[in-house]
Amino acid sequence: MVGKGLHKKERKGATVTEPAWVRWLLISVALAFLALFLVLPLAAVFAQALEKGWEAYLAALKEPDTISAIRLTLITAAVCVPLNLFFGIVAAWAIAKFSFPGKSFLITLIDLPFSVSPVVSGLIYVLIFGLQGWLGPWLQEHDIKIIFAVPGIILATIFVTFPFIARELIPLMESQGREEEEAALTLGANGLQTFLRVTFPNIKWGILYGVILCNARAMGEFGAVSVVSGHVRGSTNTIPLQVEILYNEYSYAAAFAVASLLALLALVTLAVKTVSEWKMQQTISAAETER
Amino acid sequence: MSIEIQAVSKSFGTFTALKDVSLKVPSGELVALLGPSGSGKTSLLRIIAGLESPDSGRILFDGEEATKRQVQERQVGFVFQHYALFRHMTVFDNIAFGLTVKPKKSRPSKQEIRDKVHNLLKLIQLENLADRYPAQLSGGQRQRVALARALAVEPQVLLLDEPFGALDAKVRLELRRWLRRLHDEIHVTSVFVTHDQEEALEVADRIVVMNEGRIEQEGTPSEVYDRPATPFVYDFLGSVNLFHGRVHEGTAQMAGLDLSSPENASAQDAPAVGYVRSHDIAIERDGNGSGAIKAEVRYLLSVGPLVRVDLVLSGSDRTIEAELPRDEADRLQLQVGEQVYARPRKMRVFVEDYQI
Repeated sequence: MVGKGLHKKERKGATVTEPAWVRWLLISVALAFLALFLVLPLAAVFAQALEKGWEAYLAALKEPDTISAIRLTLITAAVCVPLNLFFGIVAAWAIAKFSFPGKSFLITLIDLPFSVSPVVSGLIYVLIFGLQGWLGPWLQEHDIKIIFAVPGIILATIFVTFPFIARELIPLMESQGREEEEAALTLGANGLQTFLRVTFPNIKWGILYGVILCNARAMGEFGAVSVVSGHVRGSTNTIPLQVEILYNEYSYAAAFAVASLLALLALVTLAVKTVSEWKMQQTISAAETER
Repeated sequence: MSIEIQAVSKSFGTFTALKDVSLKVPSGELVALLGPSGSGKTSLLRIIAGLESPDSGRILFDGEEATKRQVQERQVGFVFQHYALFRHMTVFDNIAFGLTVKPKKSRPSKQEIRDKVHNLLKLIQLENLADRYPAQLSGGQRQRVALARALAVEPQVLLLDEPFGALDAKVRLELRRWLRRLHDEIHVTSVFVTHDQEEALEVADRIVVMNEGRIEQEGTPSEVYDRPATPFVYDFLGSVNLFHGRVHEGTAQMAGLDLSSPENASAQDAPAVGYVRSHDIAIERDGNGSGAIKAEVRYLLSVGPLVRVDLVLSGSDRTIEAELPRDEADRLQLQVGEQVYARPRKMRVFVEDYQI
């Protein structure tokens, strides 16, 4: 089976391949592009962050406002990711394994945050929960603060990040079909056993991939959070907002030091994403050879 | 356990999969649901399993109402066309699955599970592959694992959905004989779906022929093959030639021949269709006596032990197909373009209205 596949690939490669100079040209153009727009800025972030030395870098990170921003970012991610994980699995399950009226509408809804500008997403929440908004007066009466407070930041982040996990899982679960679950049911497994022992092992790498992407976006979201946060230093600033404030105050080294945290997060995300993508590809091709 | 299906109907959107189907499967029998795709056979199987629920009608297990029972409570073993093995589990874990998900009270001990799985592995002759993953097995091996997995929970009913459909011809043949022997050993009531008439004829105790959501005929393989109840069954089982003509008070006139058709004794000069199986057409050099049609040999093809002969009836351009054993063909020494006589040995005549 494997030998056959390789053979096919080789033959295909031999007949459609381009001359060497075309290949090298294309590869070098792609690499140059990546270097210019990705590697260079990333390197610049770290260079700037460490410009005044390691001591200054650490000092910038230890600044109370920065620590508070890191804490808020972590809290936001810690609330958003599990909620979106739950929502993502439920939605993907419903879409991939059942047919029901309104299914394509649900898929469109899940994609909505992708197509709406984050600033607009933030404004939606201001419209609903702000002082002039629909629920504003009622919230004020009961002394509940949502806009310009942590709940608003969390709500806006959930909205922006909710497609990530669902979008990752839907195609994966669709490719796997329902037969394994049906087999588990006929063998006497209940719903929870079926999920934990049959469905979950097949989608775990997809889940990890989705969680990583969702987490990166939750920590890095700027637009929507910026609208609802109110930029209160030491209380409603997340890491991206803190970077902007420091930058606007001309403390470049500090701004880049904080920004380097997000850049590091991006690198970790990339690494985990590569591994989980590779693992996921393996599960999918295993599913295909089984057919 | 016996299964009884009472007036079951099922539709998916605008497509009607089953129309008022009733069927009894006696305990311990191996029954084939045979039909073309879209005939409703798989839907019926899934309804028996509880994977689909009927729009109307009832399912009885051993005379007890089971329509509302959950899949898990029905104690059915289900074997899927594409095996549906758990791809992340070894062969051993696949087979053990049904035992390990039992509630604590009724779950066998680890040692009991191990013994049971090893017995099943012996039964399917894959003892040394217990630690392999499904992707490392051949199609035939996977399907045997799927069968062992279904048998591990000691189901009251075994349901198989085109179990050999995804396998190549030789493995299919081996596996269906193996299934027949297995059934003779364990005698669990079994229903299997197939669109392969040969498979149904060879394996099943009884055959249920389905078409467009209805049962056309049910009976033993020889009943269904020798006495097809409807033109559809005739057409579906084996290759067959069609003759158009008329039937009047028990005598059919087809292709210039007068044939007796006692089952249509009451027909009054009605249009009719006659069916003759390819192997029921004899080829003769000289057409002495009546009952043979003059024809020209158009094409000869050897298929293993048989020779297929395409004949063009003289006086028309209709082609019929005959199948001869090879030695018979050798004796006749047929040549393309020769004049011969074709004699239908057996013809079944249906009055045309019947078809509509």
